[in-house]
Amino acid sequence: MLRFILTRVSLIIPTFLGITLLAFFLIRLVPGDPIETLAGERGIDPARLEELRKVYGFDQPILVQYGIYLSRVLQGDLGKSMITQEPVLSEFSALFPATIELATCAILFALLLGLPAGIIAAIKRNSIFDHGVMGISLAGYSMPIFWWGLILILLFSVQFDLTPVSGRIDVLYYIEPITGFLLIDTLLSDEPEAFWSAVRHLILPTIVLGTVPLAVIARMTRSAMLEVLGEDYIRTAKAKGLSRFRIVALHALRNALIPVVTVIGLQIGVLFTGAILTETIFSWPGVGKWLIDAIFRRDYPVLQGGALLLGVVVMSVNLLVDLAYGLINPRIRHTR
Amino acid sequence: MKKSALFAAICVPAFLAAAPLAAKTLVYCSEGSPENFYPGVNTTGTSFDAAEQIYNRIVEFERGGTKVVPSLAEKWEVSADGTVYTFSLRKGVKWHSNKNFKPTRDMNADDIVFMFERQWKEENPFFKVTSPNHSYFNDMGMPKLLKSVEKVDDYTVRITLNQPEAPFLANMAMMWSSVQSKEYADAMMKAGTPEKIDQEPIGTGPFSLVQYQKDAIIRYKAFPEYWAGKAKIDDLVFSITPDASVRWAKLQKGECHVMPYPNPADLEAMKKDPNVQILEQAGLNVGYLAYQTTKKPFDDVRVRKAFNMAMNKKAIVDAVFLGSGVPAKNPIPPSMWSYNDSVKEDEYNPEAAKKLLAEAGYPNGLETDLWAMPVQRPYNPNARRIAELMQADLAKIGVKAEIKSFEWGEYRKRAQAGEHQMAQLGWTGDNGDPDNFLHTLLGCASAQSNSGSNIAKWCHKPFDDLVTKAKVTTNQAERTKLYEQAQLIFKEQAPWFTVAHAVQLKPVRKEVVDFKLSPFGRHTFYGVDINSK
Repeated sequence: MLRFILTRVSLIIPTFLGITLLAFFLIRLVPGDPIETLAGERGIDPARLEELRKVYGFDQPILVQYGIYLSRVLQGDLGKSMITQEPVLSEFSALFPATIELATCAILFALLLGLPAGIIAAIKRNSIFDHGVMGISLAGYSMPIFWWGLILILLFSVQFDLTPVSGRIDVLYYIEPITGFLLIDTLLSDEPEAFWSAVRHLILPTIVLGTVPLAVIARMTRSAMLEVLGEDYIRTAKAKGLSRFRIVALHALRNALIPVVTVIGLQIGVLFTGAILTETIFSWPGVGKWLIDAIFRRDYPVLQGGALLLGVVVMSVNLLVDLAYGLINPRIRHTR
Repeated sequence: MKKSALFAAICVPAFLAAAPLAAKTLVYCSEGSPENFYPGVNTTGTSFDAAEQIYNRIVEFERGGTKVVPSLAEKWEVSADGTVYTFSLRKGVKWHSNKNFKPTRDMNADDIVFMFERQWKEENPFFKVTSPNHSYFNDMGMPKLLKSVEKVDDYTVRITLNQPEAPFLANMAMMWSSVQSKEYADAMMKAGTPEKIDQEPIGTGPFSLVQYQKDAIIRYKAFPEYWAGKAKIDDLVFSITPDASVRWAKLQKGECHVMPYPNPADLEAMKKDPNVQILEQAGLNVGYLAYQTTKKPFDDVRVRKAFNMAMNKKAIVDAVFLGSGVPAKNPIPPSMWSYNDSVKEDEYNPEAAKKLLAEAGYPNGLETDLWAMPVQRPYNPNARRIAELMQADLAKIGVKAEIKSFEWGEYRKRAQAGEHQMAQLGWTGDNGDPDNFLHTLLGCASAQSNSGSNIAKWCHKPFDDLVTKAKVTTNQAERTKLYEQAQLIFKEQAPWFTVAHAVQLKPVRKEVVDFKLSPFGRHTFYGVDINSK
């Protein structure tokens, strides 16, 4: 097991270097000069332009820029935003909890609905329920997030007045951030109402962000389950006279979960991409919105740092998934 | 966790049903996060709005207008030659306080001098704090213009200019000249956290900052000791909402009271909502098509005139602005003083245009390029679409126009270098002075520079003489006459096809009392009240 863990962890290093390369060079391939963009219509004095180039290090050859960048990254210095002059790392860590909170709720939502739906659909194959789940999940999978979010707002917030339109909490509450996770912070404050306000604000973004993973998980669970249910050992179990519940819950599910766990790991990347849009629609103060702003402002340090940090997060989650995999399926940890 | 005073003030009454003494809270659904709270380095309206509530300037624009009125300075005198301004400061102006700073003195001349030196003198310890890029100070030509800024006594400041400059007073009312506390700056420098003065700002304005959470909320509280009297509302909240459709949903539900930048597509529904009214004002902007007047064929005024007559302005504005723009005949907007309404618009007449073009030596038409910005701008929602409409109109008089576009930074740079034949661009004014349009966009000085804003490269002596003279004349009536005349010459010489002035539309809930639109696009909440239902 130790060997398995070490192999997985060591694979991280080239991946990490790859991300820094992408983060650094891809952004620079995009047309547009950041300082020109800052200037707007007014333009900028050529002497000042040169000075600013120097300040931001654009006057160096690009490889040298990359070298400086990499050595700084390794020392934990991701630079300062060109716009706010705040360290990228501290901006990220202030905003990341909001994204985590939303992403966690979304993935829980997807799991709680997706797993049972997939399992039941597999057991009752070709039933109305099965077709229903497949149809709805296909629709959910193809749903454009932006449109879906706005429709839900119009329906539940404007029309039925059930949920707030956007934001994380009612503006009436003044919650001092302690952990950055609002659900926890509101519980720590002495106003129980604030917690419920935060929960109400979470409902729609959770649904919007959770829709795609939900569809994927439901479909994946169903097909994995179908495959397992056709295996010989399930027939044996049936022949032995085991109850249907025991067969499904003890014998089939554990094996069916293996591909599902992989898919969940892969969905983390999808979640962060989705979070960018979801956060923009719901004015959710997370890293997604922050990155979008950085793109518009050509804020290189933020883009690089943000992409890198998100890359590291996705990588770590996938590493954890890999390790969890080893736990569920002993065969994997013995193969090299 | 401790319950803050504000928390108690807002929440407790809000949760006791029908509490009659509930604090008045106004929520503004702003469009984005400010970069910081130091307007000296900001360039975006979003940041200016956030700072506007906190700071004052020596002089300010009257609420809802472009007239310059006293603020931190009660009165001022200008020397006969127009180069020495002596400001008498208001006494008893109090500073805000926060957890790190309690002011020990009122605002005085030191603070005003600090405001200038921070942006002007590189040796000032705050010059580089937050950012050394004091965009507006430089763009308004202050380093060249200012000779000295002196404290005469605690309440008198004397500013000497290198040459007379009539728009100087209007420049002083702009956001970049917001006054920060020197005492606070010194205290923060001593504590080793100089950047705090721009993140946890202390101002003299009507609202003090309580909390700022990036991408979520800015919370202000009315400053009870504000020199002009406490604001009518008690709490002001900016609920940061980047998506226009979501802002509209929040406004409908009453989750916010005022919203900027509505989606044109939502306007119909907004007009029908009984709880909402839409305020409207032509903004201080102009969108135009500039002819490169030093290049063939546009060095000939007859060609320019022919083009102006060939394009159907009204149809273009109707199709692209969808009610959020008015056709422009002058280079300055109608809300600006000295706007010359007697200028006659070139009529749309393809036949006459064709004839004129033939006269100029192009009986079979000609070929040209037509540049369109790749991005949406405040004065032009869709340059590409406008270019297509222009192209179709021009085809009717035998002109083949090829539409070109570049990445935005590149576009501006190339246009300023005069690489185009015809290029669209526009301008948003920021000091309400015609000089800011007529001299900056059409004067010889900026035509001759490769990074100047006169992309028509139009340098016409009679016009330039007028606007240069108006720049150094302090009497406004005289200046008005000069600018009116300049507009006539502009129309005659046609260096531009003026397209439109974008109208700012501001949906506001009915319970909001006395919100005034600012021609500068600012959102000022001092003086605004709210009727609780």
